[in-house]
Amino acid sequence: MKAPAIDKKVLYAYLEEIKDPEIPVLSIIDLGIVRDVVMNEEGELDVTITATYTGCPAMDMIAAAIRVEMHTLGFKKVNIRYAISPAWTTEWMSKEGKRKLKEYGIAAPDKRFSIPADGVECPRCNSVNTRLISEFGSTACKALYQCNDCMEPFDYFKCH
Amino acid sequence: MSESLINYTLHLADNALILGQRNSEWCGHGPVLEQDIAITNISLDLIGQARSLYQYAAEKMNAAAGKEHPAVTEDTLAYYRTEREFKNCLLTEQPRGDWAQTVLRQFFFSTYQYYLYQQLQQYADTNLAAIAEKSLKEVSYHLRWSSEWVIRLGDGTDESNRRMKEAVNELWRYTGELFVPAPYEKELGIDPGSMQADWMKKVSAVFEEATLQVPEKIFMQTGGKTGVHSEHLGYILTELQYVQRTYPGCEW
Repeated sequence: MKAPAIDKKVLYAYLEEIKDPEIPVLSIIDLGIVRDVVMNEEGELDVTITATYTGCPAMDMIAAAIRVEMHTLGFKKVNIRYAISPAWTTEWMSKEGKRKLKEYGIAAPDKRFSIPADGVECPRCNSVNTRLISEFGSTACKALYQCNDCMEPFDYFKCH
Repeated sequence: MSESLINYTLHLADNALILGQRNSEWCGHGPVLEQDIAITNISLDLIGQARSLYQYAAEKMNAAAGKEHPAVTEDTLAYYRTEREFKNCLLTEQPRGDWAQTVLRQFFFSTYQYYLYQQLQQYADTNLAAIAEKSLKEVSYHLRWSSEWVIRLGDGTDESNRRMKEAVNELWRYTGELFVPAPYEKELGIDPGSMQADWMKKVSAVFEEATLQVPEKIFMQTGGKTGVHSEHLGYILTELQYVQRTYPGCEW
């Protein structure tokens, strides 16, 4: 029996519900991790995702979360495919995603700081009088900063 | 050709896994918290690269073997091969030493990987090219970080300078192997020697800033790429493989 076709937009909306386990304000759509989702005639779902960094430990959790969410919605079979190329880039992060990052206290990727340096805008007080502490932060995708004005330490989501 | 491609992929994967494992020894022991996090992040990137490469090698090996053979996976490649089957360069398996040795080895290796992945991005095998393209973004960070440390310690205090000089004396002899092609590289038409000039240029520039001398021509140790290792690899594998060797196939 042919399964009724479901619009891609709807499928994407379902996936929007799945959050990054390390930055729970961002969905996997905001992050640009989902490269494609297709439903075939048997109603099986093919979801193609890509890792942010090769060693990102969240990938297995994200794949598991996609299966659980989609099974809950009634999809019987969910195939997860991993794409390596083209390589993930922060250019794929949505505007909404960047806004949510800042609200959460993480400075969003900024092209002027594709190589991390002093001056990334503090997500708390908006000062640019900030300094780079380390290019490696609490996860592979972030660098560690401190604001010289409000003194708060903060993470910067690195351009990639 | 196919066997050489598998061996070459394993060589790249082994380099990344063994250095990743070595660097991970610093987890919880780094000189300061931020640098502890940095070196373990680098380990994670390397192990991520190793995973992509092992997955690709396993796919090729399974395709070549046909279905009657037990399936090879990234895990069986990491956990069930013996010392002589590992094809990593000797440089990656050397003990972590002090912080100077760790950052200098990372600098030598990241410089090498940086030029290697730039070339591999253009390689005819699209899977290897894709892995190289993705990894290169991460390696750029490793290279910047390790260069800065070599300069900071070389051009630092008397003690840091002494330690960095000792690290150069200890590790230089393992850098030659990076550029000597193994039989599988020759068969694939890959010449790592073509990167040596670029590597030397970068190392010389950083050494100059770090007030360090590039050593005179010395005898270079080789063998790792064809499975003839120093005594250190066995100890790494013992630790790395212990659980899977003791409880084969266990998961958690």
